[in-house]
Amino acid sequence: MASSAPTPTAKWTPDQPLIRIRDVHKSFGPNVVLGGVTFDVMKGEVICLIGPSGAGKSTLLRCVNALVPIDRGSILVEGQEVHDPMLDKLALRRKVGMVFQQYNLFPHRTALDNIMMAPRHVLKRDRHEVETLARALMRKVRLEGKEDFYPGELSGGQQQRVAIARSLAMQPDVMLFDEVTAALDPETVKEVLVTIRELVEDGMTCMIVTHEMGFAREVANQVYFTDRGVVVEHGPPAEFFTNSRDPRTRQFLSQIL
Amino acid sequence: MIAVRDGTLPVLKPFRLGTASLPAFRLRARHGAFIAVALFLFIGIGDAQAGPAAAASILATLLKWTPLLARGFALDIAMSFLAMAIGTVAGVVVGLGLISLRAPVRGLAWIVTQLFRNAPWLVMLFYCMLLLPFEVRVGGATIPLPDWLKATFGLGLPVMANVAELVRGAVRSIPFGQWEASEALAFTRWQTLRMVILPQCIKRMTPPWMNLYSILVAAMPLTSVVGVSESMTLVGDVLSAENRSELLVPMYLYLLLWFFAYCYPIARLTVALERRFQVR
Repeated sequence: MASSAPTPTAKWTPDQPLIRIRDVHKSFGPNVVLGGVTFDVMKGEVICLIGPSGAGKSTLLRCVNALVPIDRGSILVEGQEVHDPMLDKLALRRKVGMVFQQYNLFPHRTALDNIMMAPRHVLKRDRHEVETLARALMRKVRLEGKEDFYPGELSGGQQQRVAIARSLAMQPDVMLFDEVTAALDPETVKEVLVTIRELVEDGMTCMIVTHEMGFAREVANQVYFTDRGVVVEHGPPAEFFTNSRDPRTRQFLSQIL
Repeated sequence: MIAVRDGTLPVLKPFRLGTASLPAFRLRARHGAFIAVALFLFIGIGDAQAGPAAAASILATLLKWTPLLARGFALDIAMSFLAMAIGTVAGVVVGLGLISLRAPVRGLAWIVTQLFRNAPWLVMLFYCMLLLPFEVRVGGATIPLPDWLKATFGLGLPVMANVAELVRGAVRSIPFGQWEASEALAFTRWQTLRMVILPQCIKRMTPPWMNLYSILVAAMPLTSVVGVSESMTLVGDVLSAENRSELLVPMYLYLLLWFFAYCYPIARLTVALERRFQVR
């Protein structure tokens, strides 16, 4: 289960991959969910993971920020080994932000509170400073005026944008998006995708699991197609969507596009 | 897919946290009406049976003894508040133990909960009356422990166990996504519980908690068995003082009406809160 050697404290530099995933295996009981996944994410890159529904893609995201422990393999985030029993999970999660399909906002707090809670209580920053940051983020996701609304009073797309702002408040180095538009109706999907695209244009490193092929084509630097726990094919979107090589990829794309 | 032939589902229907852990205790206005009607019926019968006007009417007798009963009833209510307060505080602590990540803590909390939930309240009352000392020497001072205080503590024990179960059930009913989101934001477990989970639990726990209080109040006359001088004891005293057989039924019905008048508004409030706090 554990890697035997302690994590080397090598200093990470931006020329090295931000996320380095090597031969990651994960099974839930007899189900092999990840059967040896290997790739790198460089700083500033946007990776889109596409593929048939199955737990692999979402599980991989959750392995990156240590929500789910891996069985075998290695994940390095900014040089820090995730698959390490001595890992400081909180330090890792300060660097990695995650947005969920079901938004998972805290229903008993206002939108502004949702955004402010983590920087105040985890980063222990000053209240006024955090409030200014939170209001700026609300403006950034185009929800100015909705600060005092409770999640139950907001639409799905608005809630998802608050969720994105909430993760951004921690000023992470990489953002993970787990099928964030899957639970939204088509009209609201666009507003969330626009928000993500603006983030990308600001230089945020992103790993996005999505079914929105058009969006993947627009923003991704690399598209990875996973099926049954392995990466079948990958490439830049231009090549990938027009000239895919593997028959499984082509079959999947023909069903979607 | 399991083939279903006899109409039963192969899965359990969704479980809603409500009053499932405690017996349903739905008071209705008609229950109070029945008691009141029965009371006046028996007053009428008793008056008819009574001898000539030498003895006062039953209604007059009831009214005569009302101040005394009121004092006894006030003690009942005071004990119920105190037992509920002690039990709730202790219950929340045990409840947090039930969801602890450490197995020994969980195990100990589980034992405590099962022990005090599955024991008859009267037996626990007796244990407390007999095991607790009649006075406690703290420092230089000697603090006497009156009977009603020991009885209150004794009734706090089943309250504690039931509240612990309520806490555990409420925490488990919070969607897993809340835990995931909190973890992803780098909250510690304690921060997650304090700021995200427990505040959402309070709403869910309130209706069954109020139901528990209703049951506790109805159980207060148990303390008369262990010697506390509250309303039930006083009714017995009054009946032996008056020594009139036709007073027997009306007196107890009168006491029943008092308890009903106290519990019914609580029951209505519980139902109203349940409706407002509908768990979506």
